[in-house]
Amino acid sequence: MQIKSSEITPEHIYLTRRRFMVGVGALVTGALVSSCGSKTESAPAIAPVQAKTIATPTPRPVATIANPTAASASTSEPAAAATPYVEPAEPFASVKADELGDALNSYQEITNYNNFYEFTTEKEGVAAMSTNFKTSPWTVEVGGLVNNPKTYDMDDLWRKFTQEERVYRLRCVEAWSMVIPWLGFSLAALLKEADPMSKAKYVRFETLYDPKQFPGQESAWYTWPYIEGLRIDEAMHDLTILSTGMYGKRLLPQNGAPLRLVVPWKYGFKCIKSIVRIDLVEEMPTSLWMAAAPREYGFYANVNPDVPHPRWSQSTERRIGEWSRRQTLPFNGYAEQVSSLYQGMSLQANF
Amino acid sequence: MAWFKKNGLWITVHFAALIPLMWLLIDFWFDNLTVNPVQNITIRTGDTAIQLLILSLACTPLNIIFGWKQVLPLRKPLGLYAFMYASLHFLTFIGLDYGFRWGLIYEATFEKQFALVGFFALFILTLLAITSNRWAMKQVGKNWKRLHQTVYGAGLLAALHFMWARKLDLDPEALLYGGVIITLLIIRLPQIRKLFTNFRQKRKASLAATE
Repeated sequence: MQIKSSEITPEHIYLTRRRFMVGVGALVTGALVSSCGSKTESAPAIAPVQAKTIATPTPRPVATIANPTAASASTSEPAAAATPYVEPAEPFASVKADELGDALNSYQEITNYNNFYEFTTEKEGVAAMSTNFKTSPWTVEVGGLVNNPKTYDMDDLWRKFTQEERVYRLRCVEAWSMVIPWLGFSLAALLKEADPMSKAKYVRFETLYDPKQFPGQESAWYTWPYIEGLRIDEAMHDLTILSTGMYGKRLLPQNGAPLRLVVPWKYGFKCIKSIVRIDLVEEMPTSLWMAAAPREYGFYANVNPDVPHPRWSQSTERRIGEWSRRQTLPFNGYAEQVSSLYQGMSLQANF
Repeated sequence: MAWFKKNGLWITVHFAALIPLMWLLIDFWFDNLTVNPVQNITIRTGDTAIQLLILSLACTPLNIIFGWKQVLPLRKPLGLYAFMYASLHFLTFIGLDYGFRWGLIYEATFEKQFALVGFFALFILTLLAITSNRWAMKQVGKNWKRLHQTVYGAGLLAALHFMWARKLDLDPEALLYGGVIITLLIIRLPQIRKLFTNFRQKRKASLAATE
């Protein structure tokens, strides 16, 4: 477990680059900010942030979303392909903190500290290992127990579904956490279009299997490819998104490009990366971690300070960027929105 | 040159054992401890501790197999450096990580069984460290050797500690550490040890005969 500090962009280089980009991107960023209007300027207010990012997620007002008519249920190809998504030159978020007032983690932090065993088990090594990962062309097959199976390419997904900014806390089962401004769309919207049959009870997700690009998949210690699953009501929940970007930028490979799941009230490993298949199924899917260590990783994996991992406590966590620990919140702070999903269920037994 | 021949190995060991600490301090100074510095310091001090402990444990078997008597005096400095890094690792856990909040530390230690195992390993190393000087050796007397053979217990506990700290039960790196320690222990068993020494003596004799 040698650290590979050489693989991390030294801060001075990063900062220099940043300064450079600030210059280049000033106009663009300026335009973005002004398009956000007063919302950006009044960012410190907590209530509006909550309203915007949690209670009623509204489309991010940034005028770079490909297709404003995406919300329509029409399954036909969009007649007029709008201008493709234009990334801001600088990582951009419309707010500085989440609805609890916790500051966003920096783009630098989020893109250099990743659990992505398909590349390497070293969190600091993923960024360097993943630079050549090919995310285009990329298709996502939606099938299984649905009336309307379909294979989407990434452009379809960008165009068809409203991309919104969602600021969520991410809590890793290893007891560290971050606050991340994702860009993405509601999984429910995609599932509605696929039209699940009544038999469908679960959603099963699958990561790309390609040991040439994912050297970690050569390891016989795990059953590749990575599989994750959600109960259908969890999948349809308003907070659940498929993410396409982060800080206004398209996702980088280390964060699960081009498409990943984000379920903020569950441990990070539920948020499967680089998805190629989404199937509606009748039986509860067995995730990679459930197969690897069934005593330790359950299907639900809801963030719960009162249910310790068999080998370590989950009652506290370290927010990346902080030196001291903080208390872990039930359902990662989203209990109000999601606890009703688990009414009458033992959270101890269904860990 | 003769001086270096005599002391070279010893000096190399001291120098090499301090490199990980210097490297850690340099990375601290240049703010290069990743975005999760506490975890980084914990992992690095822990890794170095277990690696130095294994090197210390390897000295006797190296002598048994190859007859390298010159590595025997290295057991003590290697063991003491392992103790130093293990102590830093422990201090990082209770101080940097948990800010000396004893309630949290108590909870973490007993919920995280691996922390408890690591604590026992450090306890053994502490006993060995304070009885490693000549004066303590005399005080402990004839049981000193037996006491210091518990270093293998510390090694096995450290490997178990490492294994349980990982996400996967059968983590390859943890298995490697555990496997190496068990192999080193097996070589020390009297019967196995005899096998090696007999083999070496025979080989020496046959070499002498052919000359």
